[in-house]
Amino acid sequence: MQSKVESFGAGKKQGSISRQKLIGNTLVYILLICGAIVFMIPFAWMISTSLKEPAQIFVFPPKWIPEPICWNNYLKALTIMPFQRFLLNTVIITASCLIGQVLSASLVAYGFARIEFPGREFMFILLISTMLLPGQVTMIPIFILFKNLNWIDTFKPLILPAFFGGGAYFIFFLRQFFKTIPFDLEDAARIDGCSTFGIFAKIILPLAKPALTTVAIFSFMNHWNDFMGPLIYINSLERKTIALGLASFQGQYTTDWHLLMAASVVALIPVLVIFFSLQKYFVEGIALSGIKG
Amino acid sequence: MALGRTKQTTVQRKRTIEGYMFISPWLIGFVIFTLGPIVVSLLMSFTDWDVITSPAWIGVSNYTKLISDELFVKALSNTLYYTVLSVPLGMLGALLLALLLNQKVKGTYIFRTIYYLPSVTSGVAVALLWRWIFNPEFGIANNILTKLHVPAVGWLSDPKWAMPALIIMSLWSVGGGMLIYLAGLQGIPRELYEAAEIDGASSMRKFWSVTIPLLTPTIFFNMVMSVIGSFQVFTQAYVMTGGGPGNSTLFYVLYLYRNAFEWFKMGYASALAWVLFIIILIPTLLQFKFANRWVHYQ
Repeated sequence: MQSKVESFGAGKKQGSISRQKLIGNTLVYILLICGAIVFMIPFAWMISTSLKEPAQIFVFPPKWIPEPICWNNYLKALTIMPFQRFLLNTVIITASCLIGQVLSASLVAYGFARIEFPGREFMFILLISTMLLPGQVTMIPIFILFKNLNWIDTFKPLILPAFFGGGAYFIFFLRQFFKTIPFDLEDAARIDGCSTFGIFAKIILPLAKPALTTVAIFSFMNHWNDFMGPLIYINSLERKTIALGLASFQGQYTTDWHLLMAASVVALIPVLVIFFSLQKYFVEGIALSGIKG
Repeated sequence: MALGRTKQTTVQRKRTIEGYMFISPWLIGFVIFTLGPIVVSLLMSFTDWDVITSPAWIGVSNYTKLISDELFVKALSNTLYYTVLSVPLGMLGALLLALLLNQKVKGTYIFRTIYYLPSVTSGVAVALLWRWIFNPEFGIANNILTKLHVPAVGWLSDPKWAMPALIIMSLWSVGGGMLIYLAGLQGIPRELYEAAEIDGASSMRKFWSVTIPLLTPTIFFNMVMSVIGSFQVFTQAYVMTGGGPGNSTLFYVLYLYRNAFEWFKMGYASALAWVLFIIILIPTLLQFKFANRWVHYQ
């Protein structure tokens, strides 16, 4: 009887790979490769355009390889709009929100996961139900609130909410994770006289580094790419974020696609760097959310 | 005995205080940023308010106005059109990719990266890229069409094609759903497949009797999240088309945004927001209700 265990990865398992399986695998490969090419075309097109001379853009059918290759476009794109300013603003907002969300979400999640207190279940259900609420319902009153505080056109409305729990998703995610940590560790620490907060800081947090990294990454992505938030709260040019800046320069540069594409490439670079270096956290984070959901 | 009881109550009380202290950031935030605003928003929806003058109570006027508001109907139907197409197509695409990637051929890692990468990049940069791709004269969308001997199309400048363009663009981001399906697929115990094989099941049979039923929780989750997400599309519409041409891409949230922040009709915008809430809630609740019929949990 031939072993029918599926071959993993490099197919180390012997057992005859039947002809059928070979054809099947080849088909899969062809499909995957075709799909991969299709998926990468937009990126290639973006880079290609960003390196072209204006004259070469308005050509049909389009050429893929620019001649000459204008690296200068990038310099131009980043100086014509105050890109460094945009970058700084985006970094400030994103970093602050990241810190706020990681800290407050872990505090709250710990409370829900590891401390028994009356009303906990009710509060948790309340938390979950907020996930069903579209942001648009609360968006306007919150805007009015910040307007009355005179915080419009500052970063405060964008940063402050991150410190108040950081959103139901992250709290839920971290709570599930915290629940998996064995209680014996806690009991041992208590016997040694550790306070609850001490347990949180010295035992739970270090153990939760992967989960916290995942939260940090998704927080980063959300805020780096956030458009509607800055759109509503920021008006003056020097406070705009990259997303906002790119969008507002579109009017001026719809004909200068080479510059617009160059600026867009630069806008994507930090995201790509983070993604490539921390890819496994992305993948695990998404996978976990799907399983828990 | 009395001593023991007092001690326990003290600890209990301590835990209660600690518990609430730990969740206090969320609790306070909930009151300030959720509960309060919900009440205010509801009240606001019964007023006519332009922020500068004082609000005027008009009862359910805003809600009755909605029905005869052409733009509201347009925005709603646009958003539904988008949802009805992009969600099933997206789910199918993600599932297909996940199934392919689950075959464990060489290079799965690279393929997974390639397919997931577009969903990581989002926002304005991507919207601009696709605006360029759909450029009727010089973009590669029409380039590809003409190469296939299909007549070129106006894409974002044609009311008939603007929404399909956005739907196509949304398919680029199926990587996220793909990852979720992959996780779901990998959660199916191998023993079930082996048992099916022993019973002589073909690949097709295995797929329909083992894979799909056990994937239903994942499918369900994806469906709920996708529908909720597609109802809230905003950035693409604002950046790429401004809702046009001819309001063909006027998404619901874009219309809401305009009412609130461009026309300062806060009361009306609040009513729009509440209607959105109901519109999202109904399919979500329905999906949950009918889940029993087709979602298998282990």
